Amino acid sequence: MILSAIMFYLFAAVAVASGVMVVTARNPVHSVLFLILAFFNAAGLFVLMGAEFLAMILVIVYVGAVAVLFLFVVMMLDIDFAQLRAGAARYLPVGLLVGVILLAELVLVFGSWAITPNVARLAAAPTPAATAVTNTRALGDLIYTQYIFAFQTAGLILLVAMIGAIVLTLRQRTDTRRQSVTEQLSRQRSETVEVVKVPVGQGVGD
Amino acid sequence: MLQIGLAHYLTVAAILFTLGIFGIFLNRKNVIIIMMSIELMLLAVNINFVAFSTVLNDLVGQIFAMFVLTVAAAEAAIGLAILVVYFRNRGTIRVEDIRMMRG
Amino acid sequence: MAALVVFLPLVAAAIAGFFGRAIGDRGAQVVTCGALVLSAIFGILVFRHIMGQSAPHIEPLLTWIAAGGVDVEWSLRLDTLSGVMILVVTVVSAMVHIYSVGYMAHDHFIPRFMAYLSLFTFFMLALVTANDFVQLFFGWEGVGLASYLLIGFWYDRASADAAAIKAFVVNRIGDFGFALGIFAVFVIFGSLDFDTVFGKAPAATHTVMNFLGWQVPALTLACILLFVGAMGKSAQIGLHTWLPDAMEGPTPVSALIHAATMVTAGVYMVARLSPMFEYAPMALAVVGVIGGTTAVFAASVGMAQNDIKRVIAYSTCSQLGYMFFAAGVSAYGAAMFHLFTHAFFKALLFLGAGSVIHAMSGEQDMRRMGALWKKIPITYVLMWIGSLSLAGIPFFAGFYSKDSILAAAWASGTAVGRYSFCLGIFTAFLTAFYSWRLIIMTFHGPSRADHEVEHHIHESPWVMLLPLFVLAAGAIAAGYLADNFFVGEGRVEFWKSAILVLPQHDAIAASEHNSLLIDYLPLIAGVLGIGLAYVCYMLRPGIPAAVAMHFRALYLFLLNKWYFDELYDRLFVRSAFSLGEGLWKTGDGTLIDGLGPDGISAATRELAREASKLQTGYVYHYAFAMLIGVVALISWYLIPR
Repeated sequence: MILSAIMFYLFAAVAVASGVMVVTARNPVHSVLFLILAFFNAAGLFVLMGAEFLAMILVIVYVGAVAVLFLFVVMMLDIDFAQLRAGAARYLPVGLLVGVILLAELVLVFGSWAITPNVARLAAAPTPAATAVTNTRALGDLIYTQYIFAFQTAGLILLVAMIGAIVLTLRQRTDTRRQSVTEQLSRQRSETVEVVKVPVGQGVGD
Repeated sequence: MLQIGLAHYLTVAAILFTLGIFGIFLNRKNVIIIMMSIELMLLAVNINFVAFSTVLNDLVGQIFAMFVLTVAAAEAAIGLAILVVYFRNRGTIRVEDIRMMRG
Repeated sequence: MAALVVFLPLVAAAIAGFFGRAIGDRGAQVVTCGALVLSAIFGILVFRHIMGQSAPHIEPLLTWIAAGGVDVEWSLRLDTLSGVMILVVTVVSAMVHIYSVGYMAHDHFIPRFMAYLSLFTFFMLALVTANDFVQLFFGWEGVGLASYLLIGFWYDRASADAAAIKAFVVNRIGDFGFALGIFAVFVIFGSLDFDTVFGKAPAATHTVMNFLGWQVPALTLACILLFVGAMGKSAQIGLHTWLPDAMEGPTPVSALIHAATMVTAGVYMVARLSPMFEYAPMALAVVGVIGGTTAVFAASVGMAQNDIKRVIAYSTCSQLGYMFFAAGVSAYGAAMFHLFTHAFFKALLFLGAGSVIHAMSGEQDMRRMGALWKKIPITYVLMWIGSLSLAGIPFFAGFYSKDSILAAAWASGTAVGRYSFCLGIFTAFLTAFYSWRLIIMTFHGPSRADHEVEHHIHESPWVMLLPLFVLAAGAIAAGYLADNFFVGEGRVEFWKSAILVLPQHDAIAASEHNSLLIDYLPLIAGVLGIGLAYVCYMLRPGIPAAVAMHFRALYLFLLNKWYFDELYDRLFVRSAFSLGEGLWKTGDGTLIDGLGPDGISAATRELAREASKLQTGYVYHYAFAMLIGVVALISWYLIPR
């Protein structure tokens, strides 16, 4: 019990700290690395809550794919080490104030949260006991039956994202010649062949 | 304090969310920070979902968190692609220079 | 046939006006002159017919308004008064039309001019044959309109435009009084028909009505208001400022409208309404005072003017004053008599002046004339005839009419009458003086004209001289022939019921008992005036300049028309203009436009510009805005808890 509390506080503190560093780091590569750290700690929190599948997915997808992608892009682009501009100081108090207000309100809401007694009946997909089925299995049971539609749509979204990314960034090489089959097929006789009446013994001329 | 309950998790999520928001409009450096702040916010939301799922004994929360993950990944990909193309055309991704939509 | 007399000029005006370009200059002139001559001939016949009948004859034409208590008909009232006016209007108008053929021969817009002249004649005839107040007002307004159109005939001259507007506006002020008078008549009598009103007039002598909070005698009020209209139309003192400026119009216009006919409409109106005025002695007194004052005022100004037409214009104003103060002592017959003779000799003088101007290639300033009597002898003789008639020399027309007026004024015995008589004698002296000043400056002495102009001096063509002969005949004979009928023994039979003179007011009858001195005083004054003019301008030409220098203030006072124009300008025109400008610039421009279209559009643009500043183009600004929105929404939901 106490261990889980300590772990929770550990994970939470590191997550929040790395979140702060993501925003305030000077070097953008450092920012990405801190983001990765935040993800890891969030995954730890997930494990504490009993959603280990999600935690692993978080690590694999978020850290392994998305954060790496970020890193690629950061490396690819020519990014200066910018100083914190004077303009930020102007906004800082106001922004800070607004943020603090938001935080306070959120906490207020959470603090006065009351869970209705008959929540068990309202559960859309009751969690089976952890000893009976693994978290993964339970999730799978749900996704492939009740939420298959959303699942397929998610797949489509990923497909579209992939195509979109390729289409956006693809550059044609200018120093190679390629065939355009459409062009070849749409050629008309009228624009290629010319019939010339040639008098005998005279040749075509120029 | 020692008994970790729903409120703890929600508080953590709230703090991360606020940090993400700060990241969006307090940064003056570059656009990548904005993208990362968005990821932070999505992470906070995921924590919320999973926390509730645990407390309410309802797996739907986790399923939804998974979908959020999917969409976040897709959105990050597209966003970065746009950023790359923008950088190709403009040569800079400094936030201050991106103001062509000025009214 | 009376209808023909009235409507032939209208038809001619319509033809010349609308089809002028089709029928050409000559066609327009033929149509209008022909119609007017026919109208004149018919007018004479109608007049003879009226002499034969015993009571006024009313020819109804058609019903105009039949609403509630108001019953107005188009009809022609034919009695002696309208008969005399018809005669004057048609004959003088026909002469002026013929004269215009020659005078305006080089103008570019002849059909329009002839059409306007005929239109004016129609309106004047409608006025004099009116059987009720509304038709009278219709004709009244119509002649005002025709006057405006004709004064501003040469509309490309700014001075002509201004003069036309001035005439119309000043007339308008008079017409406002006239309209109020008509309303008062309706309130008192409940009808606008002449016969009805005249029948009820004796009973209404002591009626009282409420006017602006005061209790005033109703009949007097109505008559005074009606007289205000006459003051505007006949250019009496106060509303006279338009008449001299009206000389901007072509000379035939001045002769027809501003000498013979339109300006006499006021006198006609007072004579026509004599059954009303007789029962309002206060109103008659007002008429008399104003008439007398105008007579001397205008004559004094006329003495100092240098433009030949202006002198004659002020002369007209002065003679109208005579007619009014004759009416003021209930000598309507004498007033009409003077109207009759004045039409002839004043038209003659104007057209003669036109002849002079024509000869001098457009020069109107007498200081640049001189030594003309040998070169344009016929015009010279005609001007002499007109002036002799005007000055009241025996045997000429003016003598009879003017003397009868002055005799009646003295004989009436009232303070107003005696006042008018004294002023009238002095005016007669001044009249003779300026008339001979005009003749001598224009025709005698060394030539002060340009060499070019001198070269071109020629007598007018016959088409211009013939009408002048006709008018001259009238100026000579009209007095002698008509004296008996207008003011003499036969006047009761002549006028019959057209004008009413109460026995206690009958000044003409009383004037037979005047002493010889009174009778001859006008003649003495006239001869003295002629003599003085001869001395000042022929014998010792240096005297006028010396007098002008010695009495410089008085001279300037007269030259500047007693500073009436300047006074009105300071009092009314400036304040009207500044009020108008204030309302325009501030009221309309700043307030209404500012709050309305301009203001709203400017405010919209400003708002839009301010709002567009929110679009900075920075994403984090947008995100910040979203955040603030979210916080606000959350607070909104949280606070009630």
